[in-house]
Amino acid sequence: MSEKHYWEEVEIGTEIKPLVKVATTQMLVKWAGASGDFNPLHFDSIYAESIGVGKIIIHGALKRQWLIQLLTDWVGEQGILRKFSCQYGAMDYPRHMKTITKPDEGETWICKGQVTKKYVEGDQHFIDCKIWLENGKGETTTHGRATVILPAKSA
Amino acid sequence: MLPEELKKLIGMTGDVTVYEVEKGAISRFADAVDDANPVFHDTEYARNSRFGSIVAPPGFFGWPQQQTRNSPLNVDIPTELMSAFEHAGYPLSFALDGAVKFEFFEPVHAGDILNARTTVRSLRERTSNGRSIIVCILETTYHNQSGTLVATQQSTFVRGSSGIQQEGSDNV
Repeated sequence: MSEKHYWEEVEIGTEIKPLVKVATTQMLVKWAGASGDFNPLHFDSIYAESIGVGKIIIHGALKRQWLIQLLTDWVGEQGILRKFSCQYGAMDYPRHMKTITKPDEGETWICKGQVTKKYVEGDQHFIDCKIWLENGKGETTTHGRATVILPAKSA
Repeated sequence: MLPEELKKLIGMTGDVTVYEVEKGAISRFADAVDDANPVFHDTEYARNSRFGSIVAPPGFFGWPQQQTRNSPLNVDIPTELMSAFEHAGYPLSFALDGAVKFEFFEPVHAGDILNARTTVRSLRERTSNGRSIIVCILETTYHNQSGTLVATQQSTFVRGSSGIQQEGSDNV
Protein backbone atom coordinates (compact mmCIF):
# COMPACT_ATOMS: atom_id res chain seq x y z
CA MET A 1 0.00 0.00 0.00
CA SER A 2 1.06 3.51 -0.66
CA GLU A 3 1.61 6.53 1.51
CA LYS A 4 -1.27 8.96 1.79
CA HIS A 5 -1.52 11.75 -0.77
CA TYR A 6 -3.48 14.91 -0.14
CA TRP A 7 -5.04 16.80 -3.02
CA GLU A 8 -3.10 19.93 -2.05
CA GLU A 9 0.24 18.12 -2.42
CA VAL A 10 -0.38 17.08 -6.01
CA GLU A 11 0.38 19.45 -8.89
CA ILE A 12 -0.18 19.40 -12.62
CA GLY A 13 2.76 17.44 -13.99
CA THR A 14 3.20 15.37 -10.82
CA GLU A 15 4.25 11.86 -11.79
CA ILE A 16 2.43 8.89 -10.34
CA LYS A 17 4.75 6.42 -8.64
CA PRO A 18 5.46 3.83 -11.40
CA LEU A 19 4.33 0.24 -11.01
CA VAL A 20 6.62 -2.46 -12.40
CA LYS A 21 5.14 -5.66 -13.83
CA VAL A 22 6.48 -8.85 -15.36
CA ALA A 23 3.99 -10.95 -17.31
CA THR A 24 4.68 -14.63 -17.76
CA THR A 25 2.79 -17.41 -19.48
CA GLN A 26 1.99 -18.63 -15.96
CA MET A 27 0.43 -15.30 -15.01
CA LEU A 28 -1.74 -15.38 -18.11
CA VAL A 29 -3.11 -18.76 -17.09
CA LYS A 30 -3.85 -17.38 -13.61
CA TRP A 31 -5.54 -14.37 -15.19
CA ALA A 32 -7.62 -16.59 -17.47
CA GLY A 33 -8.86 -18.56 -14.47
CA ALA A 34 -9.50 -15.54 -12.30
CA SER A 35 -11.12 -13.33 -14.93
CA GLY A 36 -12.97 -15.90 -17.02
CA ASP A 37 -11.24 -15.08 -20.28
CA PHE A 38 -10.39 -18.50 -21.72
CA ASN A 39 -9.43 -17.40 -25.21
CA PRO A 40 -6.66 -19.86 -26.21
CA LEU A 41 -4.84 -16.96 -27.85
CA HIS A 42 -3.47 -16.26 -24.38
CA PHE A 43 -2.06 -19.70 -23.55
CA ASP A 44 -1.76 -21.80 -26.73
CA SER A 45 1.07 -20.70 -29.02
CA ILE A 46 0.08 -23.06 -31.88
CA TYR A 47 -3.43 -21.61 -31.83
CA ALA A 48 -2.04 -18.05 -31.72
CA GLU A 49 0.03 -18.83 -34.79
CA SER A 50 -2.88 -20.46 -36.61
CA ILE A 51 -5.02 -17.31 -36.39
CA GLY A 52 -2.17 -15.10 -37.54
CA VAL A 53 -1.25 -13.39 -34.29
CA GLY A 54 2.07 -15.21 -34.21
CA LYS A 55 2.52 -15.92 -30.53
CA ILE A 56 0.74 -15.77 -27.18
CA ILE A 57 -0.27 -12.23 -26.26
CA ILE A 58 -1.06 -10.63 -22.91
CA HIS A 59 -4.79 -10.08 -22.27
CA GLY A 60 -5.79 -6.47 -22.81
CA ALA A 61 -7.87 -6.66 -19.64
CA LEU A 62 -4.83 -7.70 -17.58
CA LYS A 63 -2.93 -4.63 -18.81
CA ARG A 64 -6.02 -2.59 -17.95
CA GLN A 65 -6.00 -4.05 -14.47
CA TRP A 66 -2.29 -3.23 -14.01
CA LEU A 67 -3.10 0.39 -14.82
CA ILE A 68 -6.01 0.32 -12.38
CA GLN A 69 -3.62 -0.97 -9.69
CA LEU A 70 -1.21 1.87 -10.52
CA LEU A 71 -4.03 4.24 -9.55
CA THR A 72 -5.48 2.41 -6.54
CA ASP A 73 -1.96 2.07 -5.10
CA TRP A 74 -1.29 5.74 -5.70
CA VAL A 75 -4.53 7.18 -4.27
CA GLY A 76 -4.43 4.83 -1.28
CA GLU A 77 -7.36 3.80 0.87
CA GLN A 78 -8.66 7.32 1.37
CA GLY A 79 -8.66 8.06 -2.35
CA ILE A 80 -11.27 7.00 -4.89
CA LEU A 81 -10.82 5.91 -8.49
CA ARG A 82 -13.80 7.58 -10.13
CA LYS A 83 -13.20 7.19 -13.89
CA PHE A 84 -10.84 5.06 -15.93
CA SER A 85 -10.36 4.46 -19.63
CA CYS A 86 -7.70 2.82 -21.76
CA GLN A 87 -7.06 1.77 -25.32
CA TYR A 88 -5.01 -1.20 -26.44
CA GLY A 89 -2.68 0.11 -29.11
CA ALA A 90 -0.16 -2.68 -29.54
CA MET A 91 0.29 -6.28 -28.50
CA ASP A 92 2.50 -7.46 -25.66
CA TYR A 93 4.07 -10.89 -25.34
CA PRO A 94 4.65 -12.61 -21.98
CA ARG A 95 7.91 -14.07 -20.75
CA HIS A 96 8.25 -17.81 -20.67
CA MET A 97 8.91 -19.66 -17.41
CA LYS A 98 12.43 -20.72 -16.42
CA THR A 99 11.43 -22.83 -13.44
CA ILE A 100 8.07 -23.79 -11.98
CA THR A 101 7.93 -20.44 -10.19
CA LYS A 102 10.54 -18.19 -11.83
CA PRO A 103 10.19 -16.25 -15.05
CA ASP A 104 12.79 -16.49 -17.77
CA GLU A 105 14.74 -13.37 -18.64
CA GLY A 106 13.01 -10.88 -20.87
CA GLU A 107 10.74 -7.92 -20.97
CA THR A 108 9.61 -5.84 -17.98
CA TRP A 109 6.64 -3.50 -18.20
CA ILE A 110 6.18 -0.22 -16.36
CA CYS A 111 2.83 1.43 -15.63
CA LYS A 112 3.17 5.21 -15.51
CA GLY A 113 0.98 8.24 -15.05
CA GLN A 114 1.04 11.99 -14.80
CA VAL A 115 -1.38 14.57 -13.41
CA THR A 116 -3.01 16.74 -16.09
CA LYS A 117 -5.64 18.69 -14.14
CA LYS A 118 -6.82 19.41 -10.59
CA TYR A 119 -10.16 20.91 -9.62
CA VAL A 120 -12.88 21.02 -7.01
CA GLU A 121 -16.55 20.24 -7.58
CA GLY A 122 -18.82 20.64 -4.60
CA ASP A 123 -16.85 19.25 -1.67
CA GLN A 124 -14.92 16.75 -3.80
CA HIS A 125 -11.31 17.25 -4.81
CA PHE A 126 -10.54 15.81 -8.23
CA ILE A 127 -7.35 14.94 -10.10
CA ASP A 128 -7.26 13.99 -13.77
CA CYS A 129 -4.30 12.08 -15.11
CA LYS A 130 -2.99 10.36 -18.16
CA ILE A 131 -1.77 6.82 -17.72
CA TRP A 132 0.18 4.48 -19.93
CA LEU A 133 2.01 1.20 -20.08
CA GLU A 134 5.55 0.94 -21.44
CA ASN A 135 7.02 -2.29 -22.74
CA GLY A 136 10.66 -3.36 -22.36
CA LYS A 137 11.67 -1.12 -25.27
CA GLY A 138 10.07 1.92 -23.68
CA GLU A 139 7.21 1.94 -26.21
CA THR A 140 3.69 2.75 -25.07
CA THR A 141 1.43 -0.21 -25.83
CA THR A 142 -1.64 0.85 -23.83
CA HIS A 143 -2.68 4.33 -22.82
CA GLY A 144 -5.61 6.03 -21.17
CA ARG A 145 -7.01 8.55 -18.73
CA ALA A 146 -8.34 8.51 -15.21
CA THR A 147 -10.08 10.73 -12.71
CA VAL A 148 -9.46 10.22 -9.00
CA ILE A 149 -10.74 11.89 -5.85
CA LEU A 150 -8.12 12.59 -3.18
CA PRO A 151 -8.61 13.56 0.44
CA ALA A 152 -8.08 17.27 1.10
CA LYS A 153 -6.40 18.87 4.12
CA SER A 154 -9.02 21.60 4.00
CA ALA A 155 -11.93 19.14 4.12
CA MET B 1 -22.38 -2.86 -45.28
CA LEU B 2 -23.45 -3.87 -41.85
CA PRO B 3 -25.50 -7.09 -42.06
CA GLU B 4 -29.19 -6.48 -41.38
CA GLU B 5 -29.33 -9.02 -38.54
CA LEU B 6 -26.66 -7.02 -36.72
CA LYS B 7 -28.02 -3.58 -37.63
CA LYS B 8 -31.36 -4.34 -35.99
CA LEU B 9 -29.61 -5.04 -32.67
CA ILE B 10 -28.25 -1.50 -32.28
CA GLY B 11 -29.86 -0.02 -29.20
CA MET B 12 -31.10 -3.34 -27.83
CA THR B 13 -30.55 -4.23 -24.18
CA GLY B 14 -29.85 -7.83 -23.24
CA ASP B 15 -31.32 -9.77 -20.32
CA VAL B 16 -30.02 -9.09 -16.83
CA THR B 17 -26.99 -11.15 -15.87
CA VAL B 18 -26.67 -11.74 -12.14
CA TYR B 19 -23.11 -11.61 -10.83
CA GLU B 20 -22.08 -13.01 -7.48
CA VAL B 21 -19.10 -11.30 -5.86
CA GLU B 22 -17.38 -13.91 -3.71
CA LYS B 23 -14.53 -13.20 -1.32
CA GLY B 24 -12.37 -16.00 -2.74
CA ALA B 25 -12.98 -14.86 -6.31
CA ILE B 26 -11.89 -11.33 -5.39
CA SER B 27 -8.70 -12.60 -3.79
CA ARG B 28 -7.85 -14.82 -6.78
CA PHE B 29 -8.52 -11.96 -9.18
CA ALA B 30 -6.23 -9.59 -7.26
CA ASP B 31 -3.64 -12.35 -7.01
CA ALA B 32 -3.71 -12.81 -10.80
CA VAL B 33 -2.91 -9.11 -11.13
CA ASP B 34 -0.20 -9.56 -8.49
CA ASP B 35 -1.94 -6.94 -6.35
CA ALA B 36 -1.39 -7.63 -2.64
CA ASN B 37 -3.51 -4.70 -1.39
CA PRO B 38 -4.99 -6.08 1.87
CA VAL B 39 -8.43 -4.55 1.26
CA PHE B 40 -8.84 -7.21 -1.46
CA HIS B 41 -7.52 -10.13 0.59
CA ASP B 42 -7.62 -9.65 4.36
CA THR B 43 -11.01 -9.76 6.11
CA GLU B 44 -9.73 -8.36 9.40
CA TYR B 45 -7.77 -5.58 7.75
CA ALA B 46 -10.67 -4.65 5.48
CA ARG B 47 -13.09 -4.51 8.43
CA ASN B 48 -10.99 -1.75 9.96
CA SER B 49 -10.53 0.12 6.68
CA ARG B 50 -12.88 2.80 5.40
CA PHE B 51 -14.61 0.10 3.32
CA GLY B 52 -15.72 -1.92 6.37
CA SER B 53 -15.29 -5.23 4.54
CA ILE B 54 -13.39 -6.77 1.63
CA VAL B 55 -13.91 -4.93 -1.65
CA ALA B 56 -13.24 -5.93 -5.24
CA PRO B 57 -10.56 -4.17 -7.29
CA PRO B 58 -12.29 -1.63 -9.55
CA GLY B 59 -13.00 -3.50 -12.79
CA PHE B 60 -13.93 -6.82 -11.12
CA PHE B 61 -17.62 -7.61 -10.77
CA GLY B 62 -17.52 -11.25 -9.73
CA TRP B 63 -18.83 -14.17 -11.77
CA PRO B 64 -22.22 -14.80 -13.37
CA GLN B 65 -24.44 -17.01 -11.20
CA GLN B 66 -26.05 -18.91 -14.04
CA GLN B 67 -23.66 -19.74 -16.85
CA THR B 68 -19.97 -20.17 -17.31
CA ARG B 69 -18.66 -17.02 -18.87
CA ASN B 70 -17.90 -17.73 -22.50
CA SER B 71 -16.90 -14.30 -23.65
CA PRO B 72 -13.22 -13.79 -24.34
CA LEU B 73 -13.47 -10.15 -23.42
CA ASN B 74 -14.64 -9.92 -19.82
CA VAL B 75 -17.71 -8.28 -21.21
CA ASP B 76 -21.31 -9.21 -20.69
CA ILE B 77 -22.32 -9.70 -24.34
CA PRO B 78 -26.06 -10.14 -24.97
CA THR B 79 -26.79 -13.65 -26.32
CA GLU B 80 -28.71 -12.15 -29.26
CA LEU B 81 -25.59 -10.28 -30.33
CA MET B 82 -23.35 -13.33 -29.85
CA SER B 83 -25.52 -15.45 -32.17
CA ALA B 84 -26.02 -12.65 -34.70
CA PHE B 85 -22.23 -12.29 -35.01
CA GLU B 86 -21.87 -16.02 -35.62
CA HIS B 87 -24.71 -16.14 -38.18
CA ALA B 88 -23.39 -13.10 -40.04
CA GLY B 89 -19.97 -14.75 -40.39
CA TYR B 90 -18.05 -12.90 -37.69
CA PRO B 91 -17.02 -15.78 -35.42
CA LEU B 92 -15.81 -15.53 -31.87
CA SER B 93 -12.30 -16.61 -32.88
CA PHE B 94 -11.78 -13.28 -34.67
CA ALA B 95 -12.36 -10.95 -31.77
CA LEU B 96 -10.02 -8.31 -30.45
CA ASP B 97 -10.38 -6.16 -27.36
CA GLY B 98 -10.01 -2.49 -28.33
CA ALA B 99 -10.75 -0.19 -25.42
CA VAL B 100 -12.59 0.08 -22.14
CA LYS B 101 -14.04 2.93 -20.15
CA PHE B 102 -15.34 2.69 -16.58
CA GLU B 103 -17.11 4.98 -14.19
CA PHE B 104 -17.04 3.81 -10.60
CA PHE B 105 -19.72 5.17 -8.27
CA GLU B 106 -19.62 2.88 -5.22
CA PRO B 107 -17.24 0.15 -4.04
CA VAL B 108 -18.19 -3.46 -4.84
CA HIS B 109 -18.08 -5.54 -1.65
CA ALA B 110 -17.56 -9.25 -1.10
CA GLY B 111 -21.04 -10.74 -0.81
CA ASP B 112 -22.64 -8.29 -3.21
CA ILE B 113 -25.05 -9.50 -5.88
CA LEU B 114 -24.86 -7.36 -9.00
CA ASN B 115 -27.34 -7.03 -11.84
CA ALA B 116 -25.61 -6.29 -15.14
CA ARG B 117 -27.51 -4.93 -18.12
CA THR B 118 -25.77 -4.47 -21.43
CA THR B 119 -26.92 -2.25 -24.28
CA VAL B 120 -25.54 -2.42 -27.81
CA ARG B 121 -24.49 1.18 -28.31
CA SER B 122 -23.06 0.98 -31.81
CA LEU B 123 -21.97 -1.42 -34.55
CA ARG B 124 -19.90 -0.09 -37.43
CA GLU B 125 -18.62 -2.06 -40.39
CA ARG B 126 -15.19 -1.14 -41.72
CA THR B 127 -12.65 -2.53 -44.11
CA SER B 128 -9.17 -3.05 -42.82
CA ASN B 129 -6.56 -4.27 -45.34
CA GLY B 130 -9.31 -5.70 -47.51
CA ARG B 131 -10.96 -7.45 -44.59
CA SER B 132 -14.38 -6.73 -43.22
CA ILE B 133 -14.42 -5.93 -39.52
CA ILE B 134 -17.12 -4.73 -37.17
CA VAL B 135 -16.36 -2.30 -34.39
CA CYS B 136 -18.78 -2.89 -31.54
CA ILE B 137 -19.42 -0.65 -28.56
CA LEU B 138 -21.36 -2.03 -25.60
CA GLU B 139 -22.47 -0.28 -22.45
CA THR B 140 -23.01 -2.21 -19.26
CA THR B 141 -24.53 -0.96 -16.01
CA TYR B 142 -23.98 -2.75 -12.70
CA HIS B 143 -26.49 -2.32 -9.87
CA ASN B 144 -26.03 -3.92 -6.47
CA GLN B 145 -28.61 -5.68 -4.29
CA SER B 146 -29.76 -2.32 -2.87
CA GLY B 147 -30.49 -1.06 -6.38
CA THR B 148 -27.52 1.32 -6.30
CA LEU B 149 -25.63 1.91 -9.54
CA VAL B 150 -22.07 0.90 -8.66
CA ALA B 151 -20.39 1.17 -12.06
CA THR B 152 -20.80 1.61 -15.79
CA GLN B 153 -18.55 0.02 -18.39
CA GLN B 154 -18.16 0.89 -22.04
CA SER B 155 -16.38 -1.79 -24.03
CA THR B 156 -15.08 -1.47 -27.57
CA PHE B 157 -14.06 -4.55 -29.48
CA VAL B 158 -13.57 -5.72 -33.02
CA ARG B 159 -14.98 -8.79 -34.73
CA GLY B 160 -13.48 -9.91 -38.03
CA SER B 161 -15.21 -11.87 -40.77
CA SER B 162 -14.45 -15.58 -41.03
CA GLY B 163 -11.83 -17.01 -43.32
CA ILE B 164 -9.49 -14.13 -42.80
CA GLN B 165 -6.53 -13.69 -40.55
CA GLN B 166 -6.80 -11.48 -37.55
CA GLU B 167 -5.33 -8.03 -37.93
CA GLY B 168 -2.78 -7.61 -35.20
CA SER B 169 -2.63 -3.96 -34.39
CA ASP B 170 -5.95 -2.49 -35.44
CA ASN B 171 -6.47 0.64 -33.46
CA VAL B 172 -10.10 1.14 -32.64
